[in-house]
Amino acid sequence: MPAAREQATRVAVDRIACTGHGVCAALLPRQITLDEWGYPIVAAADDPAVDVEAAVRLCPARALRPSRTTPQ
Amino acid sequence: MNELLWYFSRATGVVSMVLLTTTLVLGMTLSGRRSARPATSTVVAGLHRWLGLGMVAFLVGHVTTAVVETYVSIGPLSALVPFTAGYQPLWVGLGTIAFDILLAVAVTSALRHRISERAWRGVHLASYLLWPTALVHGFMLGTSDQPLLRLVTVACGVAGMLAVSWRIQATHHDREHRRSVTAQGWS
Repeated sequence: MPAAREQATRVAVDRIACTGHGVCAALLPRQITLDEWGYPIVAAADDPAVDVEAAVRLCPARALRPSRTTPQ
Repeated sequence: MNELLWYFSRATGVVSMVLLTTTLVLGMTLSGRRSARPATSTVVAGLHRWLGLGMVAFLVGHVTTAVVETYVSIGPLSALVPFTAGYQPLWVGLGTIAFDILLAVAVTSALRHRISERAWRGVHLASYLLWPTALVHGFMLGTSDQPLLRLVTVACGVAGMLAVSWRIQATHHDREHRRSVTAQGWS
């Protein structure tokens, strides 16, 4: 659904696929911080949709997808 | 005009080789990194992606001009089917093989979000075959009579091989930790 993708201001992380490169934290500083091993901690905050799209595209492990729901 | 096309083909070939090597080195830095530095990873991931794409553009120019010019006999078929060129069939054929692999790598990367990770990975690993094939093709053909161009090919080869040997011994930064966790067992 391209329409939903364009507007998504949050990401969901596939923790099995994640390899801890930290690209998401660099591109989405508001919602992603890294734990001491370099894996993402997702906060309930929004980043610009264009950054979300870039992060989803650039994640080396393909572990991100656009999301519009608030993380638990 | 014909001569111009020939020189254009050689020039784009050399640029493609430099870009291919750079893309390969960047890709290995990304997959074999020792420690994650978010900003560096992001720049490397972006460069790997965009330089790779840029290289495809140069390579399309290289192949098109090699087919169009009539200075040496390389037909349109040789763009995709290896060992069919009238001129240096073996060395041109290696370039064709590299081009075919590159097309597969480029297409699967463009469709990465629509195909399975395993399929993408399998095809992407063929880049390790693509690079030496392209290197030998470039070394034997385009740069054979120009010491400076030959130096560029050799430099690409050295840089790529250093990166490959680094990649072989590089492990994921928390592999040791994972190993010790596995060794502890589940009880």
